[in-house]
Amino acid sequence: MGHRQNTQRLLLSGNQAVALAAKHAGVALGVGYPGTPSTEILENFSAYGGRAEWAPNEKVALEVGIGAAYGRARVLVTMKHVGVNVAADPLFTAAYTGVDGGLVLISADDPGMASSQNEQDNRHYAKAAGLPMLEPADSAEAYRFALLGFEISERWRIPVMLRMTTRICHSQTVVECEEPKMPPALEPGYEREIKRRVMIPAYARPAHRELRRKLAEIAAFNETSVFPQVDQGSRGLGIVTSGVTYQYVREAIPEATVLKLGMSHPLPMRKIREFAADCERCLVIEEGDHYLTDEIRAAGVKVESKPETYRFGELDVARVRRILNNDQSPEPPPPPGRPPQLCQGCPHRVAFEILRDMKCIVTGDIGCYTLGVLPPFEAMDTCLCMGGSIGVGLGLRQVLPETQARKVVSVIGDSTFVHSGITGLVEMAYNRPRTGHTVLILDNDTTAMTGLQEHPGTGRLLDYSPASRLDYEALGRAVGMDKVALFDPHRDQDKLREALREALQGNQLNLFIVRQPCVLAGRKAKKMNER
Amino acid sequence: MQEKASVTSIVIAGIGGQGVITISDILAEAVFSSGFDVKKSEIHGMSQRGGSVTSDIRFGEKVYSPSVPVGGADFLLVVSPDQLSRNQRLLKPDGLALSADRIDSAQLPNARSINLAVLGMLAPHLPAIAATTWEQAIRSVMPEKLHQTALPAFELGRACQ
Repeated sequence: MGHRQNTQRLLLSGNQAVALAAKHAGVALGVGYPGTPSTEILENFSAYGGRAEWAPNEKVALEVGIGAAYGRARVLVTMKHVGVNVAADPLFTAAYTGVDGGLVLISADDPGMASSQNEQDNRHYAKAAGLPMLEPADSAEAYRFALLGFEISERWRIPVMLRMTTRICHSQTVVECEEPKMPPALEPGYEREIKRRVMIPAYARPAHRELRRKLAEIAAFNETSVFPQVDQGSRGLGIVTSGVTYQYVREAIPEATVLKLGMSHPLPMRKIREFAADCERCLVIEEGDHYLTDEIRAAGVKVESKPETYRFGELDVARVRRILNNDQSPEPPPPPGRPPQLCQGCPHRVAFEILRDMKCIVTGDIGCYTLGVLPPFEAMDTCLCMGGSIGVGLGLRQVLPETQARKVVSVIGDSTFVHSGITGLVEMAYNRPRTGHTVLILDNDTTAMTGLQEHPGTGRLLDYSPASRLDYEALGRAVGMDKVALFDPHRDQDKLREALREALQGNQLNLFIVRQPCVLAGRKAKKMNER
Repeated sequence: MQEKASVTSIVIAGIGGQGVITISDILAEAVFSSGFDVKKSEIHGMSQRGGSVTSDIRFGEKVYSPSVPVGGADFLLVVSPDQLSRNQRLLKPDGLALSADRIDSAQLPNARSINLAVLGMLAPHLPAIAATTWEQAIRSVMPEKLHQTALPAFELGRACQ
């Protein structure tokens, strides 16, 4: 199979393929925040010998990445789709400032919500921010497109988004790769260019025009680039598609002529127009929102679209056949599986038993402990976004009648607290509810849900080496909590129950840290210490 | 089914923590090193907390979709027998289910190695994969200290007809 010398044939997940591309591209820094399905990219990059780090959240990760790219380094920034919401503030303006070293931002979307709170389609971000977006259809393309992403980023001095989806991230497919022949990374160094990097209105106005000029050039480049790929089939039926949907289309409709768009922003509209004109019937088949359909129709090209029902969930071979036949009959629901649950011996169980027994109104957060919403606990009332437990709890405290307000408790995990709970705690002290409030940090000393990643509260770096450790107790006191207390959920169960009872009756601001390492963490510790 | 021109589709089903992903890694490695195109797909995350888990492996001359279409599986490997009924719909009409309940668990070197025994049951149905290739795949995917339980468990499954 390996024809040329130096060609390696590998079986890689999409995440591994991106990590390997980053290594081969000489990426100086990989930075991100864990989130399914993106997490393994930085872990693999680190395993391949790259310098990788977890930031406290996606906004910080992208800011660090942009700074490094201002310093001419090649940078990989990784996050899941909802993480891009957190990083959107620096993202939109980085499109104006541009970068010097190549910056590729991975947006790992989760259509079907295998492990997410929504299935937002981040192709809209590329359009809204004005950034090029590449969409690989398998691991081989994830590898190639990541490399091309760095080239495009450096050629136009613009951040590039690489949009993966769960199926691309976590599917293993064959990659044939050779050490890439791309221009070597620039030597890091700083060159002062105030007007390009200080976005006061006077400098931002021309920067916006410059961005649109770059995008027009990139759109023209896309027309004749390697990205739009036509697989010739019967002339009658043409399908426009992108990403993993291409695979379903080729399997479900082998006779069709297919236009696969590797770069989904800016689109090669001339190419699409010619393709559509050549077919008797031209159908856009895309997973998620009607992004391509809307763009193509807005350009005045007549194409058919999928029925609305296929906006929801992942596509697959069967659903693509249904789209082709405009079949909108009800789809058979997947048979119910065994639901996930908190592990036996999980320290979170104790807290949720207490909250359930005390009939609290629990504003929850994102992590393993969201499973506290399921039987036998059903001890969670809200779960919105990372860090949302504290703000949502405070809002309820502010407006509910006193008897209800006194039942509100915010529950947040340690990694999520560091990610975006700290500002909620500051709000709690600043706009203090009349009845006070209580926040429980369920501290299991890891980012458990995504597979045991380190964070600033664990005192360990991504590669498990020691680091400074965020002290939640000192932080709580510093922002103005009246009471900060630490509990071991197994040893101090009664104490925790009593403290919570007292807290709900009083008007104090309480930060209770319920600390016990994750039951799965021991295995990782053993593995990392054996290295 | 063993011609490279056609695609062979296998679904492995179980619950989180049973080693479904481990044996799908071994299977993927074995078909990959036998020279086939291969795609393997599964969902990580929430489903790993003791929930239902499936892993799809497809191989042949050229594979498109990484996931096995409903009614498209040639083989369904079931590590947790209670997962058979919910995944039956994935099998082709003439597809074959291979379930852990056919293994005499008393003969297993270690109860946790049931996943390897289930994988062993598949081996006689895939003559394109040599015995040495299976062994190499097990050795390359599993940590060394588990080889002495994994290999006999695999052989136990292979002998179970």
